[in-house]
Amino acid sequence: MTTLDARLRDVRTRRKALVPYFIGGLTADWTTYVSAAILAGADVIEVGVPFSDPMMDGPVIQAGALRALANDVTLESICHDVSVASFEVPVVVMTYYNVLHHFGLARSAELLAASGVAGVIVPDLAIEELTPWREVATAADVATVLMVAPSSPIDRVRRIGALTQGFVYAAARMAVTGRAADVGDAERVVTSIRTVCDTPTYVGIGITTPDQASDAAAFGDGVIVGSALVQQILDGASAQDIEGSISTFREALDRTAPEA
Amino acid sequence: MGPPDEGGHFGSFGGRFVPEALMPACLELDAAFRDAWGDPDFVAHYHRTLREFGGRPTPVTYLGRLSQRLGLSVYAKREDLAHTGSHKINNVVGQALLTARMGKTRIIAETGAGQHGVATATAAARLGLACTVYMGEVDTVRQALNVFRMELLGATVVPVTSGSRTLKDAVNEAMREWVTCVGDTHYCIGSVMGPHPFPWMVREFQSVIGVEAADQLHEFGVETPDFVVACVGGGSNAAGVFAGFADTTAQLIGVEAAGGSAVGRGMPGVLHGMRSLLLQDDHGQIEEAYSISAGLDYPGIGPEHAYLADLGRATYVAVGDDVVIEALQLLSELEGIIPALETAHAVAWLLRAAGDEVPTGSTVLLNLSGRGDKDVAQVRSILRGES
Repeated sequence: MTTLDARLRDVRTRRKALVPYFIGGLTADWTTYVSAAILAGADVIEVGVPFSDPMMDGPVIQAGALRALANDVTLESICHDVSVASFEVPVVVMTYYNVLHHFGLARSAELLAASGVAGVIVPDLAIEELTPWREVATAADVATVLMVAPSSPIDRVRRIGALTQGFVYAAARMAVTGRAADVGDAERVVTSIRTVCDTPTYVGIGITTPDQASDAAAFGDGVIVGSALVQQILDGASAQDIEGSISTFREALDRTAPEA
Repeated sequence: MGPPDEGGHFGSFGGRFVPEALMPACLELDAAFRDAWGDPDFVAHYHRTLREFGGRPTPVTYLGRLSQRLGLSVYAKREDLAHTGSHKINNVVGQALLTARMGKTRIIAETGAGQHGVATATAAARLGLACTVYMGEVDTVRQALNVFRMELLGATVVPVTSGSRTLKDAVNEAMREWVTCVGDTHYCIGSVMGPHPFPWMVREFQSVIGVEAADQLHEFGVETPDFVVACVGGGSNAAGVFAGFADTTAQLIGVEAAGGSAVGRGMPGVLHGMRSLLLQDDHGQIEEAYSISAGLDYPGIGPEHAYLADLGRATYVAVGDDVVIEALQLLSELEGIIPALETAHAVAWLLRAAGDEVPTGSTVLLNLSGRGDKDVAQVRSILRGES
């Protein structure tokens, strides 16, 4: 079991997990947004390391990633920022496989671990191709969080449940990242995950409003909020604005009682 | 050129690097293709459609005046004479028939030059499938007539405004779209790229080029050509023609655009569902390819080509934009064939290599992958010094 597994199981005993997503290097002071989010009640921070060809991301995160890349952001620069900031909640990096592949798998895992990153989400790394990465990442105590999609048949859910570390990313809908009007298929996806493993299960893809977060938390262990926040930052929101947004999500989740 | 391993690997290349949401569709497609390709009825239907609708078999033409000029014996496999003007029809007929066999009602595709988009729209119309084509905004301008062709054929063309607004971004957008509609929609990838089973399946559908050409050369009394030459973007026409000669002594030559030379300047990486050779910067960000021809504007190459290059079974070379127009003019004037700009890369390399890498007296099969009608406006403005 990785350190992230232990920490997230601990979070589950206390409350629903709130996982905001920030693009590393989107602004020069991006870590101040993260600090504000933690102050307002974030339990895990997802940090996007931009890739030129983000297959799983919709227009908002694409735009943010392009802006960050124009600032010459790299895996190393983001790891450096994370390391300096030394956040008190776990950091999970979301990136695409080529970024790790190019830097070197073992070298990436060591860099992430040394920077205090607890886990990664690599959406284009299917379980069929997972082994080389998972071995070096596990050795470095970097958890690899896997995604279950509404299209995943139960035998794949079982394999994903057995391989994921830290949490299971339950994709609420058949879509790339973005904003949506409801929580889609989330309940069905979470229910199928529950039948195969006891790992904390967080709902993401399209979670846009505190009410949706509350809906998702009625059956999931937490929620991931990405595009809604990135859009705010792209529109010029301050760290204080983000703190306010996170607070409303926190309140909505806290209205949902943790499972006994 | 055998099948890849069960996970779709050609050596260390290929594989399946896609979001979990798409994995079930890739697995379903793999099973459906294996089943169909092993079913004599499906294979017969595919060949019958290509014969009755696609214009196959395309001829092999001896290029007498070019041969005399170069001191070689040059034969051309005339994919430019296939329906819609290029080899692309072979693949889309196969995938469209497979789409219907899987019970799906809609097909989506990416396109660069527009040839694959036009071919897909054509096959979709023939089979009564709905069709949406993603095309980089830059390419919709460069190839405006092809946009109109697709629309005439009943397809919807979506200009892609993300990233570099060319072929690679059209692939990204088609993949993103596929996530949302995978239940009733097949993604008809246009080259030997993408996640398994696409590189293998597309090569199989294109192998009709090489199989036909080998037989046709026999009729000319050519047992085995010394060289088989094809242009390479993703590499589908090359894979198709190479497939007929992989087990012979013929030297296989893939000609890339200098500005999109994945074998020459690329490094191993993962993009669009596959591990292959890719143009990328020091941090693993994918670089834009640059070419006079939209169809070769791709920063990668099909994984089987990366493998063939690794093995040394095929050789990949590159030519710059400057010599491509000359090659197009020469083939037009000497042989009465206006080739596509993509195809002109293969011609340009042959002009350069004749008497050198290709010794005088050699027999060469040139895969004439497409016709140049779509490019004449662009060529005219280049020759008039307008661009």
